[in-house]
Amino acid sequence: MAVAAKDLTKDYQFGFNDGEVYVFKAAKGLSREVVADISRRKSEPAWMLAYRLKALEHFQRRPLPTWGADLSELDFDDIYYYVRPAEEQGRTWDEVPAAIKQTFDRLGIPEAERKYLAGVSAQYESEVVYHSINKDLERQGVIFCDCDTGLREHEDIFRQYFGTVVPPNDNKFAALNSSVWSGGSFVYVPKGVRVEIPLQAYFRINSESMGQFERTLIIAEEGSFVHYVEGCTAPTYSRDSLHSAVVEIIAQPGAHVRYTTIQNWSTNVYNLVTKRAIAKAGATVQWVDGNLGSKVTAKYPSIYLMGEGAHGEILSVAFAGDGQHQDAGGKCIHVAPNTTSTIVSKSVSKGTGRTSYRGHLKVHPRAHGVRSTVRCDALLLDESARSDTYPYMDIEADDVEIGHEATVSKVGDEQLFYLGSRGISEQEATAMVVNGFIEPFTKELPMEYAVELNRLIALQMEGSVG
Amino acid sequence: MTGTLTPVATEALEIEGLAVEVDGTRILDGVDLRVPRGEVHALMGPNGSGKSTLAYTVLGHPKYRVVAGDCRWGGISLLAQTPDERARRGLFLSLQYPTAIPGVSVVNFLRAALKAHGRDLPARELLMTLRRELEALKMDSAFLSRYINDGFSGGEKKRMEIVQLAVLRPALAILDETDSGLDVDALRTVAEGVNRVRGADMGILIITHYQRILDYVTPDRVHVMAAGRVIASGGRELVDRIEREGYDRLLQAAGLEPSRLEGAGSAASA
Repeated sequence: MAVAAKDLTKDYQFGFNDGEVYVFKAAKGLSREVVADISRRKSEPAWMLAYRLKALEHFQRRPLPTWGADLSELDFDDIYYYVRPAEEQGRTWDEVPAAIKQTFDRLGIPEAERKYLAGVSAQYESEVVYHSINKDLERQGVIFCDCDTGLREHEDIFRQYFGTVVPPNDNKFAALNSSVWSGGSFVYVPKGVRVEIPLQAYFRINSESMGQFERTLIIAEEGSFVHYVEGCTAPTYSRDSLHSAVVEIIAQPGAHVRYTTIQNWSTNVYNLVTKRAIAKAGATVQWVDGNLGSKVTAKYPSIYLMGEGAHGEILSVAFAGDGQHQDAGGKCIHVAPNTTSTIVSKSVSKGTGRTSYRGHLKVHPRAHGVRSTVRCDALLLDESARSDTYPYMDIEADDVEIGHEATVSKVGDEQLFYLGSRGISEQEATAMVVNGFIEPFTKELPMEYAVELNRLIALQMEGSVG
Repeated sequence: MTGTLTPVATEALEIEGLAVEVDGTRILDGVDLRVPRGEVHALMGPNGSGKSTLAYTVLGHPKYRVVAGDCRWGGISLLAQTPDERARRGLFLSLQYPTAIPGVSVVNFLRAALKAHGRDLPARELLMTLRRELEALKMDSAFLSRYINDGFSGGEKKRMEIVQLAVLRPALAILDETDSGLDVDALRTVAEGVNRVRGADMGILIITHYQRILDYVTPDRVHVMAAGRVIASGGRELVDRIEREGYDRLLQAAGLEPSRLEGAGSAASA
């Protein structure tokens, strides 16, 4: 647990911190008092406090999962569960405390907002400190705000959907999030409205031993479209931080929701996230999930295909460097007939890094005419790197077409020699092979994110040879 | 014969007494060869004689271990240098079996290669150059966005190697059986591509089993390799002699047993 911070920061450019920036910080550790205090500070209705306290009981009852990545070093008593960074949320960047604004400047958020985003939400520790949305979208009835504001200002819609996709007793970390959730995004897209430009949320942890538990709820009404993008970073510390989010998506008939994640946590962050979507008839849900950084990631975006003709896609990339374990994958649950899904997982392991693909494909008995393909490719950069696949399949209908393919490859001497014979250094050649390997993923990203991802991978590759 | 004695003006690939092992087996056994910039040399020989090993060794493939001798470019030994360092000094290898790199487009591959050579062309100029060179090799410009060598036919891979040769303009190019597996039209296209780039600035070493590419690209010198050594060198007439007699006479003259060499004797008639 006490790894020298100096080593951790070697290849990570976002490892800086701002010192102590907060107006309130709860005591370390988790208790009914901490949970009640969070709810009181947010002036929440009684039902939400009851919900949180019930979730806390689930959390305390549930054992730590042992089927996946090693979580035994995670110390729940050594975490701050709520840190309020500022009194008010800014509607302009000038309203954001200077130190925090400077951090988001360094992360390039205001610049991205000016260039290619329809709305931006910036969460720092436990709360969203900056928020904006394109006026046209607002006029069309699109709601994009933090989840606390969603509860306060749109309680009827919020309460109708909150916790319906990921119930508090779903798993230990969903229970934890349900008891101490704060911030995150609430997105509502009215019937037929198409949000053509992405909405972006940015999550930043600043304190040591911080726990960030944002909650995101996306509701896309009939025939609507929205692309939501999230990014995340944290400072590098010798003590561990915990990020445990819950994301729920409801895609109503014919709606199309695309959810893109480029997470790049520092290597002292446990990233244990539950992401799940419901796709009604003819709806499409796409998870585009890029996992860089973190100490341990456990994340399996899921799509429940509940209505006839629904379509789901999960495209994930995981990059594990020294000492990191990316336990990622995806789940598609075909409940309705003639539903289709694709899962493509690409993982890269470097040094002593470890990646696992953990997938679940389930077809219910009455879901005839289902078509699904699962493909997982692993690329190993070193002899010490490791990759495993756990592709569970549970097919209870007859009339289905299921394809499954898995490959493991190494960056070959022949590829490096070929690139070398064209003057390209081994380090750059390795980055090119890796970027080529994940190209099916990057080509799905908006161009700015694809460029950023390639740059991040190149940074991860630095010092990987010689 | 040290580096300091070599006149700088005549840049050349100089191979002296080169002995190479692969997985502990001796493949090259004292190769001597000199290819100056501005000349086209052919290196012929039966299968298994060590021609491709020589090509890979000159470019520094890690599988080939030099146990004796030296290999210099411009008077400076290449042996301590990595393949990319050698390439940046002006060396180029057209591979017999070019490697596919899925996800890396032809244009990105060549942009990175040019950049490594200190020629970071503006996007427009790069595309114009690449389109021109593809056209010269009778390749559609759609190849620019395809992944390099991924799903290419054998002939397309070979032509793409010559496109790269034309774009990178090395000081010394080794073409390792670039002619093998090509039909007569593709062979002529590839040969024309080589003729277009040959000149005073470039040394070229054409490695081949057969004389047919040499009908289009006339070599200044011809060398014959067998059993890991160069056993004969001469002018264009050596090609005709091999065409008439096969390799057997040359092998016998070098004191080698023809029947022990795979492919020996059949090369000229193929």
